[in-house]
Amino acid sequence: MKLKQLSLFLENKPGTLTAPCRLLHQAGLNILTLSLADTNEFGILRLVLRDWEKAKKVLEQGGCVVKVTEVVAIEVDDRPGGLAQILEAVEKAQLNVEYMYAFTLKKENKGMLVFRFDNPDEAIAALKQRHVNIVDSVELFDRLEC
Amino acid sequence: MSELWCDAGKGYHPASAPDYLPVPQLRALQLRRLKSVTRRVYDQVALFRERMQARNITPDNIKSLEDIALLPFTQKTDLRDTYPFGLFASPMSDIVRLHASSGTTGKPIVVAYTKEDVEVWTSVMIRSFASCGLHQGDIIQNSYGYGLFTGGLGAHYGAEGLGATVVPVSGGNTQRQIMLMKDFGVTAICCTPSYFLHILDQCKELKVNIRDLPLKVGVFGAEPWTEEMRKRIQAESNVEAYDIFGLSEIIGPGVAIECPHHNGLHVFEDHFYPEIIDIETNQPCPDGQEGELVLTTLTKKAMPMIRYRTHDISRLRTDVCPCGRTIRRIERIARRSDDMLIIRGVNLFPSQIEAALLTVEGTLPHYQIVLSRDKGLDQVEVLVEVTPEFFSDRVGSLEALRHKLSHSIENTVGIRAQVRLVEPHTIQRSEGKAKRVIDRRNA
Repeated sequence: MKLKQLSLFLENKPGTLTAPCRLLHQAGLNILTLSLADTNEFGILRLVLRDWEKAKKVLEQGGCVVKVTEVVAIEVDDRPGGLAQILEAVEKAQLNVEYMYAFTLKKENKGMLVFRFDNPDEAIAALKQRHVNIVDSVELFDRLEC
Repeated sequence: MSELWCDAGKGYHPASAPDYLPVPQLRALQLRRLKSVTRRVYDQVALFRERMQARNITPDNIKSLEDIALLPFTQKTDLRDTYPFGLFASPMSDIVRLHASSGTTGKPIVVAYTKEDVEVWTSVMIRSFASCGLHQGDIIQNSYGYGLFTGGLGAHYGAEGLGATVVPVSGGNTQRQIMLMKDFGVTAICCTPSYFLHILDQCKELKVNIRDLPLKVGVFGAEPWTEEMRKRIQAESNVEAYDIFGLSEIIGPGVAIECPHHNGLHVFEDHFYPEIIDIETNQPCPDGQEGELVLTTLTKKAMPMIRYRTHDISRLRTDVCPCGRTIRRIERIARRSDDMLIIRGVNLFPSQIEAALLTVEGTLPHYQIVLSRDKGLDQVEVLVEVTPEFFSDRVGSLEALRHKLSHSIENTVGIRAQVRLVEPHTIQRSEGKAKRVIDRRNA
C-alpha cells in the first residue's frame, strides 16, 4: 500500500536542482511527481519514480544524499470539497501529516495526493476504516501509464 | 613471542629496546648526542654558527641537558630563507634522499637524509608500529601519499623494516582502497584520520561492512585530531586508533606515537629531544605545563634541527606509563599555536569546533570554518557535510540538527556560529588532509 519516495538534500545555490534531474535523464528514468521543500539554507527534493531502486543507485553514485521514505497515495474527488473530505478523515483518525503534494494525473474526476505520515501503516489502517481510497503502487503506476 | 613485542621487558621488538632504557642512561645518551649535534651544526651550518656566535656561545657551553635553553630557536621561515640546501650539514654526496613540503604558498621546504638518517627514520617507524602491537605477519595498507611528502615513504620503510607486508596504495581512489583491504585481508592502515572517515563513509555507500574485514589497527597522523574523533572511529569500526606524530623538518612520521594505553604519545627522545616552551615568554616550561612543543634532532646528520618551533601545543608527561616505556610522552596534539583563530577577540582552535560537532549524535565531522567580516564584525560560518546517516526528509529535523550544532558550538567555544549544511564532498581535501579554515576576513 505504501509508496517509496526518494528525498534528496540540496544546497540552496544555483544549479543544484539540475544535477539530480540530469542524472535521472541520463539513466532514462522518468519522474512521476515531485515536490520541493525549501528553506533559506537548503532544500529537500522529493521524488516518486517507478524504478526507485535504480534511481537511488544512480543518484548516490552521482554524489547525492538520498533517503527512502514511505508515503501514501490517496485518491481524491476532483471537485470542491474533495480534499477537505480526505482531511476530515485524517483529522478524525488523529493522524499527523508531515507534508503532502499532488500528482498532476487525473482520471474520471479523481485526483491523486501523496501524504507523508508519521506512521504510514497506522495511517493506512485508520483511513481505510473511514473508506478513504488508498492507491497501491501497482495500481498507481498502471494509472499513470495508461 | 611476537604477541609480546609491545609488552615491557619481555620479548619486545629488538628495535624497541631504547624505549625502555633506564632514565639515567637515557639522559646520559641524550647529553652525549646533544653535545655532538651542537658541534656538528656549529662546524657545518653557517646560520646556526652565526646565531650561536651572536649569543656568545660555543658547543663547549653545553654541559648539561638544561643548557639546551642557551641555544637559539629555529623557525620554519629559516628553512624557507635558506632554500633549498642552506641548512645541510652534510655534503650532497652523502645525501641519499630529499623530501619537500607541498609548498602551496611560495617556496617549498626541503629536507634531506643521509643513509644513516634513513636508517634512524626506519628504526623509529618500526618502533612506532611495534607500539601499536603490529608485527611480522600483519598486512599494512599505507594510504599516506608517496612522493615528496614524507608520510608515504616513512611509513613504508618502517612497515617493511618491521617485517610486515606493505600495500603501498598511497592516497586516493577510495573504492580501490576498500577492495584491496577486503581482498588482501589488510590488518592495519596508515592514513590521515579525516581520510579514514572518508573510507568509513565510502564503505557504507558500497555496502561493505568494515567490521567484516580483519582491519584492527589504524595509525593516524599528519593532521591534528581529537579524542572525540577516536571515539567515533572506534565506535564505527573494529579499528583501534593510534595517534602518530611527526614532521618533515624533524624526520617525518615517527617522532612520537601512542602505546596501547592511549595516554599520550611516547617521544623517541633518544633521537628527538622534546621541550615545552611558554608561547608568551619563550622560556622552557616545567614538565606538565602546557606550551609549544620544541624539538631538537639529536642524531640527524644531513639536516639537524636545533630547538625547532613546531607550533604544536602540548605538554610533557613524566608519570610512568603502564606499558613500561621510559621515554616521556607528549599529550596528543589537537591544536597548533598558528592554527589559533582570533574571532571577535576570542581565541578559537578548529579542533574545538570539531569536538563540538562530534557531541551531536549522527554527524561525521567533515566540516570547514569560513571566516568573513561584515561591517567590521567577524562572522563565523561552519559548513557541515550532510551524510546519509543524518539526512532526514523532514525540513524540521534538519533545521533542528542545524540549531543543535550551532548551540553545541556556542556552548563549547562561546562563539555564535552560523551552521550551514552542505552537500557531501563539497569541502576540499588535499593529500587526504581536509582544509579546515578559510579566512576571508582580509579579502
